[in-house]
Amino acid sequence: MSMIGELIIVLLVLFGALLSALSTFGLIRLPDVYLRSHAATKSATLGVLCILTGAFLYFMFYLDQVSAKLLLGIVFVFITSPVAGHLNGRAAYRTGVPMWGKSVQDDLKPALKRERKQDSSS
Amino acid sequence: MALQILLNFILAFVWMFLNDDWSFPRFAAGYLIGLTFIAILRRFWPHDFYVRKLWAVVKLLALFAKELFISSIAVLRHIVSPKLNIRPGIFAFRTELRSDWEVTVLSCLICLTPGTLTLEVSGEGDVLYIHAMDIDDAEKLGEQIKGTFEKAIMEVTRS
Repeated sequence: MSMIGELIIVLLVLFGALLSALSTFGLIRLPDVYLRSHAATKSATLGVLCILTGAFLYFMFYLDQVSAKLLLGIVFVFITSPVAGHLNGRAAYRTGVPMWGKSVQDDLKPALKRERKQDSSS
Repeated sequence: MALQILLNFILAFVWMFLNDDWSFPRFAAGYLIGLTFIAILRRFWPHDFYVRKLWAVVKLLALFAKELFISSIAVLRHIVSPKLNIRPGIFAFRTELRSDWEVTVLSCLICLTPGTLTLEVSGEGDVLYIHAMDIDDAEKLGEQIKGTFEKAIMEVTRS
């Protein structure tokens, strides 16, 4: 039992660290703000969640201490990180940060133009 | 739903009063007894039996976790592949969900799905503008979102 538990904890922490490292790599490699924000919101979130879960299991099994703070941390990270990604992307688009040259489709631009025209006319 | 849960708690406390025993097992027993009574009397309530809704919430959370896992793997595959073979784009997605709460949950879910990110919610709250990492076919992606997330959210909010 303790052997398997140890293995699970090790795998969780390692997987989380690997995910975080790879998403950092994605931040360097991807070409524009929006794609970078994909890497930052998803993989980094899952990485942090895995590490926190590993720490929680370690405290529970080896130190006999159920750490509610870690659970709360997991929930908070889970809720806030997609909102942060959304707000970053939205602020970038509204201030006119260009998309990557090879982007295919942009439905938002005409909608935004329409909205601005309405604002200026009223 | 909240009323039914509150009633269930009250019944559990009544059970504890009746037995004059203030331990957790007694509370759990009272809660189960109250649950069966509410289940028997469920047709007198205007809403559905609350356990069904609770189950829908649990299913939504499981979906959340699953999608987060799949999407990170998908993004990582794009990052580590030697050639950047992606076609990003923004597409409009018309949703049937109405209340602010439902649209918020939906956009959070979309932010965590394979390669999609909500950029903007229109003023009326019925169109979401989604940045997709690999926009093979916007229609197909929209259908997929509709099939899984909208359905799961509707199961929670509509009875």
